[in-house]
Amino acid sequence: MSKTRKHIVIETNNLTIGYQQKKANKVIAFDVSLLIEKGKLVALIGENGIGKSTLIRTISKVQNQLSGKIFLKGKDLTTYTNKELSTNLSLVLTEKLPESQLTVFELIALGRQPYTNWVDSLSETDVQKINNAMQLTEVLHLQSHRFYELSDGQLQRVLIARALAQDTDVVILDEPTAHLDMHHTFKIFQLLKKLVATTQKTIIISTHQINLALEIVDDLIIMKSNEVISGDKKELLTQNKLQNLFPEEILTFNKQIQQFVINRNE
Amino acid sequence: MKYKTYTKQFILLLILVVILFFLNISFGSVSIPFKAIFAILFGDESIKESWQTIIINFRLPKAITAILVGSGLSISGLLMQTLFRNPLAGPFVLGISSGASLGVALLILGTSIFGGFSYLINSNWSIAIASSLGSFIVLSGVIFAANKVRNTMSILIIGLMFGSFTASIISVLSYFSEAQQIQQYVFWSFGSLGNLSWDEISIFIFIYLIGFAGVFAIIKPLNSFLLGEKYAKSLGINIKKSRIIILIITSLLTGVITAFSGPIAFVGLAVPHITKLIFTTSNHKTLIPATAITGAIVLLICDIIAQLPTSEFTLPINAITSLFGAPIVIWLLIRKKKLYI
Repeated sequence: MSKTRKHIVIETNNLTIGYQQKKANKVIAFDVSLLIEKGKLVALIGENGIGKSTLIRTISKVQNQLSGKIFLKGKDLTTYTNKELSTNLSLVLTEKLPESQLTVFELIALGRQPYTNWVDSLSETDVQKINNAMQLTEVLHLQSHRFYELSDGQLQRVLIARALAQDTDVVILDEPTAHLDMHHTFKIFQLLKKLVATTQKTIIISTHQINLALEIVDDLIIMKSNEVISGDKKELLTQNKLQNLFPEEILTFNKQIQQFVINRNE
Repeated sequence: MKYKTYTKQFILLLILVVILFFLNISFGSVSIPFKAIFAILFGDESIKESWQTIIINFRLPKAITAILVGSGLSISGLLMQTLFRNPLAGPFVLGISSGASLGVALLILGTSIFGGFSYLINSNWSIAIASSLGSFIVLSGVIFAANKVRNTMSILIIGLMFGSFTASIISVLSYFSEAQQIQQYVFWSFGSLGNLSWDEISIFIFIYLIGFAGVFAIIKPLNSFLLGEKYAKSLGINIKKSRIIILIITSLLTGVITAFSGPIAFVGLAVPHITKLIFTTSNHKTLIPATAITGAIVLLICDIIAQLPTSEFTLPINAITSLFGAPIVIWLLIRKKKLYI
């Protein structure tokens, strides 16, 4: 295999994730070994409650791991300061934004905070990066709208633009298509695919749109109760890693068409 | 495209501050012609001496106090609304003003019960410190609770509970106090912008400036809080540090204001929203100076009304701010349907 070390952006060793509690730690997943390369679109898949959000929060340092190591661009994640991390990893979260009067432009401009001065003034470079992010996500025409006036699909693009403006090598999105219809879901996936191709960023998304993800993404992180693995989509498929992702009585993975299908009991 | 600058609004409001400042000085129980007022302000000593005393030692300090109180409380309100990401937050709603009241009550009423420190009552530093401490303790309590419960509605209710809790302690204290102390406390709680000497004004300005300078140091964290704490953290903001700075600034401003002019309601809650109607932005680089100026305008107007122009009476300032503040908040809610942080 041609995986040279310098192309690896995220690597985990014997990682155990979960919550620290007073008596016993609550382990969500253990022995998580991820290897994520630069310039890939990666989908994190697994059933509800398996711990996708916990994994995302842990590799983005929103919460601490219980044990094991995470390396971001070869450097131990725990040694990153908030400031340093903010120029290497950006987030798009599912939670609702507080009700402010921010315009689309102002919201995206907040992505430049790691680079702005103490009164948050925008330099020429900042404005250029913001415009570039708006162009790539096709939200230029929305820039003077208030963010609360946007449709869910538009808002998602704006949030992605904000992450792009942050100018990081890694962008992590937590269920970016959660509230979107099929058409807009597809458009977001298409956009992310395009962004990976044009910017060489690594984009990781957690998603329940597995069939769509299987068609579009490069790599997968598969979360099951007994294992968490990452790798090239095709390799994982040949190793039958998608079997048992869900309880088999309703959905099964059809290897021929490489999609999950509903069981027909006839 | 860059951020909007709102130069026109700023200039208009600043002109309004200047006009109201002079109007404020020209109204009072003794009528002094405009010409004489200008002459006195520009150092002409040939004017009647009694007029000079009224202007220099009474009306000027009062107008300056109005500006400090109005802008300081409004900024505190803005900080609370952004920190808690709740448009209903403000120094009064969150019980911070009550905390300051408790500090002062303990000082004025407590000394009459426990005795001993009666010399402290007349020192203005001790009232300022007591009320700042009181507001700091309540605000720390609210922040501590806010870390435990994420739900902002619960945080507001906790703030209200703190408020009524301190109010009942004050009732108990006054029950056991002597009439003279109770009277002193009650007069303090009516709120008053007047009666400050130039010495006191300089203490006031000194503490106010510390708080005000601090506010400009946290423009970035405040802006990032508009996206919620998780995003703020991912933008490299130190959440804990920013929160503590906001806590200190708010208790310092609210504390010193409450100490010198009593608990003044509604300004902290209403003014940020009035400001956000005029300056339709959430960027704190604009909002902070804008809120300060609007707050100064509102209190100058309230004080003019309180003087009941051409009459000899002065109403308690606290009554005026509530009298006008409450309908404004109701009107805002009905008209705009929605308030933003």
